[in-house]
Amino acid sequence: MDLFSFFSRKPSSKDVAKDRLKLLLIHDRINCSPDLLEMMKTDIIKVISNYMDIDEDELDIQIGQTKAEGSDGTVPVLYANIPIKNVRKVGNQ
Amino acid sequence: MFCQQGGNNMSQVIVVTSGKGGVGKTTTTANIGTGLALKGHKVVLLDADIGLRNLDVVMGLENRIVYDLIDVLEGHCRIKQALIKDKRYSGLYLLPAAQTRDKTAVNPEQMQKLCSQLKEEYDYVIIDCPAGIEQGFKNAIAGADKAIVVTTPEVSAVRDADRIIGLLEASELRNPTLILNRIRMNMVKRGDMMAMEDVVEILAVDLLGVVPDDENIVISTNRGEPAVTNPDSLAGQAFRNIVERLLGNNVPLLDLDINEGFMDKIKKLFGIGN
Repeated sequence: MDLFSFFSRKPSSKDVAKDRLKLLLIHDRINCSPDLLEMMKTDIIKVISNYMDIDEDELDIQIGQTKAEGSDGTVPVLYANIPIKNVRKVGNQ
Repeated sequence: MFCQQGGNNMSQVIVVTSGKGGVGKTTTTANIGTGLALKGHKVVLLDADIGLRNLDVVMGLENRIVYDLIDVLEGHCRIKQALIKDKRYSGLYLLPAAQTRDKTAVNPEQMQKLCSQLKEEYDYVIIDCPAGIEQGFKNAIAGADKAIVVTTPEVSAVRDADRIIGLLEASELRNPTLILNRIRMNMVKRGDMMAMEDVVEILAVDLLGVVPDDENIVISTNRGEPAVTNPDSLAGQAFRNIVERLLGNNVPLLDLDINEGFMDKIKKLFGIGN
C-alpha cells in the first residue's frame, strides 16, 4: 500500500497474485475440478427445472470463500446465482 | 537441545522439499547442513534426487564420488565407504545420489532403514528431495522426522508448496516449517511481490526463515562453497539464522532492508523515490 498504488486504480500485482492463489487453493484443497463443477451445474439445472423455469444461460455457479463464523479464517462456499424466468405450479408438468 | 556427540536419540532426519523444481531445495540443503556442521554437529547430506543429482556439485564434491546411495542400498559397499567427508568443514559428510539409475530403483522401506542406521552415528541427516510428488518424493520423506518446505513468492511455487504440505501431513509428517526463498524486498515494497506475511497467511504453516535473492548464491554455487560460510552474504546470514532456529534458538527474522543501496537510503530520508 504505497503512495503510487493509492493514485493508480490498478491493483498491485502482488494483490492480483494473492487473490488468484487463494481461489486456486480453494479448488485444489477441496479437489473440485471445473469438470466436476460443470456436472454439478447440469444436475442442479435438472432438479430446479422440475419446479421452476430458469434461465440456463445466465446461471452462474462458483466456488468462493466467505468469513468463517467464530474465527478469523475463511471457509469455502458454493455460490449459485440462478435467475428464475417463471415459477411453475407444483404438480404441473 | 545441544548434542555434540552422535548416536543418541536426539538425532534428527530432516527432509527439504518443495513440489516445484528450481526453488532452491539443493541450495537450502547444502547451506543448512554446512551451517549445522559449523556449529559442531555431525551431519550427513543425503541426495535423494536419483538420476538428477546436484548436491555434490553445489557442495563442490563432485570429483570425489566413488560409491553412491544405490550402491549402499543394494549392498555393494558399506555406508562409510560411500560417505564423502568434506575436508573443509569437520563433521560434514555427503551421501551422493546415483546418476545412472532412476527413482524406482529405491523403495521407502530401504530409505527408512538407511535413515535409522545413519541416526546411530550422526546428529543430523538432511535429505535433498527431488521435485514432484511421485516415487522420488515418497522415498525422500520415508525416513524423515521433520520436513522443511521451500518456496518462492510466486503463485506456482506457493500452490505446489500447499500441495506438498497436504501430502506431508497425510504421511504423518505434521507441522512442516516453511522457508521463503529468493525474496526481493524492493519488489515487495512496491507491491509487486508477495511478502512473507502473505505467503504465511495463505499456507498457514510456521515460518522457519526468509532468504533474500542474493547474487552471492550464484557465486558460491559457481565455486562449490555454500553461502552460509560467507560472512558478507545476506543469504548466508539468513541461512545461519535458520540453523540457529533449527537448534532451538530464538533468532529474529533478518532485516532485509540492509540490501538497499546507500543512495536509496538517502532518497528515503528525503522522502523521494521508491
